[in-house]
Amino acid sequence: MSYIAKPKVTHPKIPRNNLGLTVRDYEGAVSTLCAGCGHDSITAALIQAVFELGIEPHRLAKMSGIGCSSKTPAYFVSQSHGFNSVHGRMPSVTTGANAANHDLTYIGVSGDGDSLSIGMGQFAHVIRRNLNMCYIIENNGVYGLTKGQYSASADVGTKAKKGPANKQMPIDPVSTAIGLGATYIARGFSGDKQQLVPLIKGALTHKGFALLDIISPCVTFNDHEGSTKSYSHTRRFYHHVIDTDFVPPAAEIKAAYDEGEAMPVELHDGSKIVFRKLDRHYDPTSRAAAFTYLRDSVQRGEIITGLLYIDHESGDMHNLSGSVDKPLASIPYQELNPGKEMLAKVMSRYR
Amino acid sequence: MKPTDTSNPDYFHKVVDCQWACPAHTDVPNYIRLIAQGRFSDAYMLNRESNVFPGILGRVCDRPCEPACRRGRIEEKPVAICRLKRVAADNRDDIRDRLPKAPARKNGKKVALIGAGCASLTVANDLIPLGYDVTIFEALTTTGGLMRTNIPQFRLPPKVLDEEIGYIVDMGATLHLNHRIESLKELLDSSEYDAVFVGTGAPKGKELKLPGRYDSENVHIGIEWLESVAFEHVDSIGENVLIIGVGNTAMDCCRSSLRLGAKSVKVMARKPRGFFKASEWELEDAEEENVEIIVNHSPKQFVVEKGKLVGMLFDKMEYKIDDRGEIDRGTAVGEVMIPCDDVILAIGQDNAFPWIERDIGIEFNDWECPIVEEKTMMSSREGVFFGGDSAFGPKNIIWAVAHGHEAAISIHRFCSDLDINDRLAPGLKLDSQKMGMHEWSFSNNYDPAERRLMPHVDLKERFKKIDIEVELGFTAEQALQEVERCLNCDIQTVFEAKLCIECDACIDICPVNCLTITANGEEQELRTRLSAPAENLTQDLYVSAALPQTGRVMVKDEDLCVHCSLCAERCPTGAWDMQKSTVLIPYACHESPPTPQRAKASTG
Repeated sequence: MSYIAKPKVTHPKIPRNNLGLTVRDYEGAVSTLCAGCGHDSITAALIQAVFELGIEPHRLAKMSGIGCSSKTPAYFVSQSHGFNSVHGRMPSVTTGANAANHDLTYIGVSGDGDSLSIGMGQFAHVIRRNLNMCYIIENNGVYGLTKGQYSASADVGTKAKKGPANKQMPIDPVSTAIGLGATYIARGFSGDKQQLVPLIKGALTHKGFALLDIISPCVTFNDHEGSTKSYSHTRRFYHHVIDTDFVPPAAEIKAAYDEGEAMPVELHDGSKIVFRKLDRHYDPTSRAAAFTYLRDSVQRGEIITGLLYIDHESGDMHNLSGSVDKPLASIPYQELNPGKEMLAKVMSRYR
Repeated sequence: MKPTDTSNPDYFHKVVDCQWACPAHTDVPNYIRLIAQGRFSDAYMLNRESNVFPGILGRVCDRPCEPACRRGRIEEKPVAICRLKRVAADNRDDIRDRLPKAPARKNGKKVALIGAGCASLTVANDLIPLGYDVTIFEALTTTGGLMRTNIPQFRLPPKVLDEEIGYIVDMGATLHLNHRIESLKELLDSSEYDAVFVGTGAPKGKELKLPGRYDSENVHIGIEWLESVAFEHVDSIGENVLIIGVGNTAMDCCRSSLRLGAKSVKVMARKPRGFFKASEWELEDAEEENVEIIVNHSPKQFVVEKGKLVGMLFDKMEYKIDDRGEIDRGTAVGEVMIPCDDVILAIGQDNAFPWIERDIGIEFNDWECPIVEEKTMMSSREGVFFGGDSAFGPKNIIWAVAHGHEAAISIHRFCSDLDINDRLAPGLKLDSQKMGMHEWSFSNNYDPAERRLMPHVDLKERFKKIDIEVELGFTAEQALQEVERCLNCDIQTVFEAKLCIECDACIDICPVNCLTITANGEEQELRTRLSAPAENLTQDLYVSAALPQTGRVMVKDEDLCVHCSLCAERCPTGAWDMQKSTVLIPYACHESPPTPQRAKASTG
């Protein structure tokens, strides 16, 4: 943490987005996490992605639960909406918010503890609902806020700073999400913003549930030799299976791709995600293939990253439940609540 | 790129833009911090070490430091470095007991200094404490040279000159005023001196030989006229005055004219704005006094009727400026006569050495300037040294001081029978400034305050007498705000590649996008791949060794760093540290002294 706030002074040639804002306008308070925390890098990637997409700060809602990860919404886009909810309950609070106002862009920031232990049930069900949100798991394999006990994502054999190796099987959020039917599943690394920023932009634009599992080393409790979630271990074993370029709606695909490598997928708003497959045989639109590939990579000891699966055609929670197009929050109270008499009428049908 | 070689003292010195730009390498950030702590005498003494005349320079320095100031690249205006120097001078205590003193026992060497201007005085300042017997010859009846004769009293009060020159003369210089050296040969032939230093300035004002030049007594040469004003030989001028030229001398001439009774003063410029020689601030001060600056007028003829100057004829000019901002010679597009009573020519100065014989081994170039070796300041005759304007033509006070220091080193080595080329190189030391988890020894937060404006004497008041100093100096409140604008560029961001875990924390926190971790490459190409465009090629890239985990490199563009320390504060491994760089500038007293007595004297 720092005593002085990040000075307001900027580079005189700092770029501006379509709203005339600079990336600095999307910042939040200075982080109080440990210096060098992976979460802070993810925060910076989020700021960059939201800036590049040109999202109006007041059209953004930041949702979180409890943990180091869940503190991070304080550190980006100060001028947006936010809700710091109960431990592991961010998914249901976000569901409620989204049910009332689906016009906002929802970013949920969670951690391996918040999502895979106390919030595992909520995590599974929000996927089933295909809630339109970007769900980020800042995954460091430990409970940092309570001094570094193993979390549910700790790998078998990983060693704590002082103490024995972990013996329990980890829960892998990516394969879990594939199994549960998530429609946008990616894995990234806090130390690789070049890959991360387009993944976040895709997740924010995707209509439906987008999961980003981001390896985010805990510098204080899990960045030592023997840890499988340290900076150096992640760098040694991680592989880009797929690189993604995010192309905004009106823009043309400019980059040149080798034949067979590039695969553009158009999202609901006209923007495109171009997959650059580093492994020609990988098919990111096949749930079964993604699952198999993922399982094999675990056996090889590889940490595979990139946008691993996408289904851009299935509808989100509102489509599934057939709710009205207009956000409930913008419907006048009189209309939304037809009164006691109408309620009695409706209820009488069930008598 | 190869990893930056920070063992070369120049690398970190260059980051301190102000100090690098100062010919005398004044330790600017350090004295500004001393002012911030209220240690005015210490700030004064630190200044004095390098620039010798803080009170004088705090008023009239050419300030090469200010255009160089990093703050001026981040916002519009640089730190008011020059005026902060004056704050140190204005608020100092009596520092006479802190000045270097002549040792009780002299070293038996005699040095003659010709001219009592800033260059000679600097030589005296450096040599007297080493035991030299120093004799200064001055043609005029007073010391200071052009500082006294050419800078009007309303900019530089004589009291300030007397005090700071007194510090040096009182160390024990033998001063011969009103003693013009008519023949250098004679002086050298006398063999009375072990070394001779020439600091006689560039005393000849440039002529403008146009028709009518000598038909009237109302055409004056700027620097001669200023000298006459300084010695009160001239106390009036006509109502309408034209100044030819827009250098700093022109600014002094126009403002002096206003104080001697001129009602309308026009400064006639041949070229458009942006191509003037005068400093921006001197132009501002003149314009504040309602001096009119008329551009694109090229002088053609003095118009004299019945022996009386009535005006001057000009060609009206038009210029083409190309894409690179260079101006052509211009074309005349018409004529105009501007009436006036007096004309002052301020179009430059020349060197003049009628008193140096051309057969005594001192070679001169085509411009009648002696050939002087730039580092040692020695002429082609051994034992004869030059400095200030007399060495390489008109520059300014701070350059003369820098020359004086170098010449003193050479004279000291020369008189000790040591090779004058084999002098000490500058050094640099680094000290970490970390005081605790989030504590630095300096005020690291960026203060967004704008540059303070120098308060001036009221326009109605200031013309009443010629010696009313126009600038009042910063108030305590102003000084307090201005010091906080300094970015402490001497507190360097020092990087240790082997400690870096590439977590990006420093990159994410940097407010001005200085930092990038990327694959290495050639400089030109690397500059295009950084967090922000690195377009200022005069500013270096600080490139690390290959980083342990990925083999990429950390690159810092030094250009806009505000030295806020946040990179070091957010670094989990201490790979970044804030370290104060002290540039060790060698002076004569640091050169190995031949006798122990001198070693003792030099520590003063």
